[in-house]
Amino acid sequence: MIRKDTLLSWPMIAFMVLFFISPLLLLAGISLRGEDGSWGLGNFAAFLSDPFALGVLTGTLGLGAKVTAFASLAALPLVMLYWHSGKRMRSVILICTLLPMLTANVVRTFAWVVLLGRNGPISQTIFGLGLSDRPFSLLFSETGLIIALVQIELPLLLLPVFAVLNRADRKTLEAAEVLGAGRWRAWFSAIFPQIIPAVLAGWVLVFASATTSYVTQSVIGGARLIYLPQYVYREVGVLFQWPMAAAISILLLASTGVIMLCLTMLARHERLQGHA
Amino acid sequence: MLDTRAKFSTALYWVFVWGCGLLVLAFMIGPILLALVMSFNSGSTLRFPPEGFSLRWYEMLFDPIASGPIHTAAKNSIEVALSTVALVTLITAPAAWALARAPKRFSGSVEPILLAPLVLPSLVYALAALLALSLLGLGPSFIAVLIGHAAVFAPLMFRTVLGLAQRQNPALEEASETLGASRIRTFLRISLPGILPGIFAGAFLVFMQSLDNVSVTLFLGDPGRTMLPLRLFAMLEESLDGRVAAVSGVLILAAAILLVVLQRFGARDAR
Repeated sequence: MIRKDTLLSWPMIAFMVLFFISPLLLLAGISLRGEDGSWGLGNFAAFLSDPFALGVLTGTLGLGAKVTAFASLAALPLVMLYWHSGKRMRSVILICTLLPMLTANVVRTFAWVVLLGRNGPISQTIFGLGLSDRPFSLLFSETGLIIALVQIELPLLLLPVFAVLNRADRKTLEAAEVLGAGRWRAWFSAIFPQIIPAVLAGWVLVFASATTSYVTQSVIGGARLIYLPQYVYREVGVLFQWPMAAAISILLLASTGVIMLCLTMLARHERLQGHA
Repeated sequence: MLDTRAKFSTALYWVFVWGCGLLVLAFMIGPILLALVMSFNSGSTLRFPPEGFSLRWYEMLFDPIASGPIHTAAKNSIEVALSTVALVTLITAPAAWALARAPKRFSGSVEPILLAPLVLPSLVYALAALLALSLLGLGPSFIAVLIGHAAVFAPLMFRTVLGLAQRQNPALEEASETLGASRIRTFLRISLPGILPGIFAGAFLVFMQSLDNVSVTLFLGDPGRTMLPLRLFAMLEESLDGRVAAVSGVLILAAAILLVVLQRFGARDAR
């Protein structure tokens, strides 16, 4: 049945189905297994009725939402700058975006440990200016974690947008300006609509990676701020609660999955497509 | 009156674009530069601003006695990373090449499976893989990490190769065969050179990601063999000495080389 011209693709397809898809199906299966050996949604019910666990879930989704929101705010002026830049400046911006992204996650997290610490530049500057009566640490706080995650995830939002801007039509902006629109209005009515699908695609990536960034969450967030990845790790590594850990993972997948699906559908929406 | 307002608004626009834009740019690249600066710090603590210039942390990092565990961890990680690259290349490059030529209906239905690891959190996958292993009665091992890394990072190379393979003109291969070249010769002389930059760029991406990955390594790795990301992760949580900065310096250099490789081989689809 296998067509001859697709023959070479089958080893990879088999590999991915065997080693990637089937473990995940197994995980979904085991999440339905109760402590007494029965099958059902008991683990999910137990998780969702536990106020602490529910708090962890909403906290994690909240973290993803906040990081996505602040990353979008930070991205806006840079995206506008990229649009107005010439070739050379564009490649400078691109390098400054790619280099952090290609640098190991552990390195980026380390940099933020130094930056956010009591002896770090942020604390020293604010203390030195007299805005705070003593040096302070932003480590182990949600604020610090959000700042670090925004920097770490920002390239994921910027790159799809840059790709669209490279292809974008300059004439629409010129037309808007000729028709008397101010700078702001010209940008937001002529260029902004073109990048919306890319922004939504970027949001998916930022959200998914902020909610599951185990290393950054545990190093910068510390032991007191618990998010789903640490919660899952505790269930397996400390408590050996496989079915429960599986259920939480499925919930994590499902909740990010639903958000991703909504954003993807929004990005494919006809009216948005019309602009793209 | 209206004119001044318009002028003010335009000025504000440029202040926003250039002022805030450059600020965000500094915010993005700043931490990387900071890590580099700290690695040349001569002080004994990671205090900012650094006390002076020295190479002491690099010397300590490259000293086989003082940093033995780090060297072992790096060696183990590089072994895994190289094996992962080999395995990924072996299964991915032919697949991407074939799918670029396969009927749209076939490739369209298969690609989501091959690209799925890009959007699934690797922690969840690591957990699933460990579960599968333990159900099979196997424990964490070198092979387990290798397969785990290959499954999670294969899409990176798949994308870089697919991008190039799709741009290749199939007529060239036909011409080669019509002119009497064998299948193998055609592949080596026509098809392979076209996708080689994609394989190269993908290999670098996979290598770096494998070196950096914590969750799959943590769950599937043999606890007796420390791996670099886990060692660094532990150093971040516990001691935080200047060697973390020195390792960061080395890894930033590696990232810069990767950047050059990606630019050089025009893997623009390799987002």
